[in-house]
Amino acid sequence: MRGIAKSMMTTLSVFLRPPVTRDYPNVHKALPERDRAFPLLLWDQEIDEPFCTGCHACERACPVECMTVLMKDNPNHKSVGGNSSRRKIIDKFWIDYARCMRCNICVEVCNFDAIAMNNTWSGHETSVHDRKDLVMDLQQLTTQSHSGQIKEWVPVLGKANEEPTS
Amino acid sequence: MVTESAHEFETQDLLLNVGPQHPSTHGVFRMVMQVDGEVVRDIIPYIGYLHRGAEKLCETMDYRQGIGFMDRTEYLAAFNAELSYVMAVEKLAELEVPDRAQWIRMILVELNRLASHLMFMGAFGIDVGVFGTPFIYAWREREAIIDLFEEISGDRMMYAYFRPGGLAWDVPTNFVARTREVLTAVNQGIADFDGLLTKNEIFVARTQGIGYVSAADAIDFGMSGPSIRASGVPLDVRREEPYLKYDEIKWDVITEQDGDVYARYLCRLGEMRESVKIVQQCLERLQPGAIMPEKMPRMLRTPPGEVYIRTEAPRGEFGVYLVSKGGNRPYRLKVRSACLSNLQALKHMSVGQYVADAIIVLGSIDIVLSEVDR
Repeated sequence: MRGIAKSMMTTLSVFLRPPVTRDYPNVHKALPERDRAFPLLLWDQEIDEPFCTGCHACERACPVECMTVLMKDNPNHKSVGGNSSRRKIIDKFWIDYARCMRCNICVEVCNFDAIAMNNTWSGHETSVHDRKDLVMDLQQLTTQSHSGQIKEWVPVLGKANEEPTS
Repeated sequence: MVTESAHEFETQDLLLNVGPQHPSTHGVFRMVMQVDGEVVRDIIPYIGYLHRGAEKLCETMDYRQGIGFMDRTEYLAAFNAELSYVMAVEKLAELEVPDRAQWIRMILVELNRLASHLMFMGAFGIDVGVFGTPFIYAWREREAIIDLFEEISGDRMMYAYFRPGGLAWDVPTNFVARTREVLTAVNQGIADFDGLLTKNEIFVARTQGIGYVSAADAIDFGMSGPSIRASGVPLDVRREEPYLKYDEIKWDVITEQDGDVYARYLCRLGEMRESVKIVQQCLERLQPGAIMPEKMPRMLRTPPGEVYIRTEAPRGEFGVYLVSKGGNRPYRLKVRSACLSNLQALKHMSVGQYVADAIIVLGSIDIVLSEVDR
C-alpha cells in the first residue's frame, strides 16, 4: 500500500503545478526563428522582383522531386532598359507541398539565397480539402515575402557561431 | 506460466487477430494469436505494413539527400539514426569530425534517447492499464526536449541536422543554458515516473515475472539495447566500441538480472538517469571551435569500399552497412534494426501467458514499426 500512496502523492504534487497545455487554435506558441515549415520564394524589395533566377539547382537537389522550375529572359534587365542585373528570371515555379519532406536541402544549395523555409504558423496550418491545392505556384510562393510577412532565417552552413555559446 | 485444470470436455483453440491498426501494437504491427481461453499458445507476427523501401531509395540519392530518409527510418530517435548513417559515410570518405561537432552530436543523441525513453514510459503505462496519467507526464518533458531540438535544427521530429563531416549549422548561442533548463525539467520527470510507477504495488504485480527471457536466449535471439541488458547481459555499443567521446566521460551500463517486463522498465529508467549525467558532462566539456572540417567538397564523393557502423540507439544496436563503388551515392545501404531482432523474441516471451500479458510484453520491447519495416 505504501507504493500506491506514494503514487497518489506524486499525482497530487503534479496536480498542484501550473498547467502546461496550450489552448492551441486560440493561442499559438511562439516559433523559434529556425522553425522549418515549407519552402517559400523570397522577394527582392529593392528591384521588386523575386531573387530566384530559375537556375534549377534546388530542383536537381530535391530528394523527393517536389519542384518544377521554368526560367525566362528578364524583361526588366538593364540591357532592355530595366533596372535589374538579373539576366534570367523565374518564369514559373511549382512546389508540391504534399511531396515536400522539409529537409532544407533546397535552401542549402541555392546560390542566390532566393528560397527559405517558412518559419511562421502559416507554413504549418496548410490543411486543404483537395490535394491539388497543395501544389503552390509562383504567386502563392512569393506573396508572403513580397508583403513582408516573414522574416526568413537563412542558415550559415558549416560555420561556427562568432559569439560564444553560453 | 499459467496452469489450468483439465477440461472434462474438448475445447478448440481460437485464432485472435490483433492489429495492424490496434493502439497496443504501437504502429502497424499485426499478430495472430492462437489462444486457449485466456492463454496464448502461439503467436504469428506479420510485419511490412510500413515498408517504404528507405534503403533502396537511399541508393538513388547522394549522401546528403539520404539523411532525410534515415530520420524517417527511426522517427522516435531520429538523431541516433542519422548518426549511424553519417558516421558510416565519414568512415568511408575518411573525414575527421571536429571535437565541438562530436560533443554537440553526443548531447543531441543522448537527449533524443531521453525523449524516446519518455515515449516508452508513456506508451507502456497505457499498455499496462494506467491510462492517461503517465502518458501525459511523459509528454510534458518530451515537449521540453523537442522544443529544444526545434530551436536547434528547426524541426520537431525529422531533424536532418547532422551532415557527413559535422553539423549542418551551429547551435543557437543560448544552447548550453537552454539545455540545462531542459535537463532540470527531465530530472523532475524521471522523479515523477519513479514515484508513480516503480514501487506501485499494482504496477509491480502487473509486470513482475511476465515475459521472462534468459540471458542465453536473449543472446541467441540477437536482442540488444535495454531489452538484453534487462536479462543481465552488459552489452552496450557505447562501452564495447566507443564512438564519439563516450570513452572520455564517466557513465555506467545499467543492467538488471530478472529479464522480465519489470526489469526492462527499470533498465530504461536507470538509463534515463545515465543519459542526464552524460549530457551534463558533455556540456562542461563543450568548447568553441569548428563544426565542419576545413576542406569540404561541394559534392561529397567516397572511394570504393564497404563499412559497417553500429551505434547504441534507444532500442538497441542501430547499424548501417554501406557499400560504395565510388561516386556520390551508396551502391548498397542496409540498416540493421534493433527492433526487428528484439521482435523475434516476442513469441518466446509470451507463449504460455495471458493475452493481456502478451500486449505488455510487446510494449516492453518498445518497437518502432518504421524501424522494423524500413
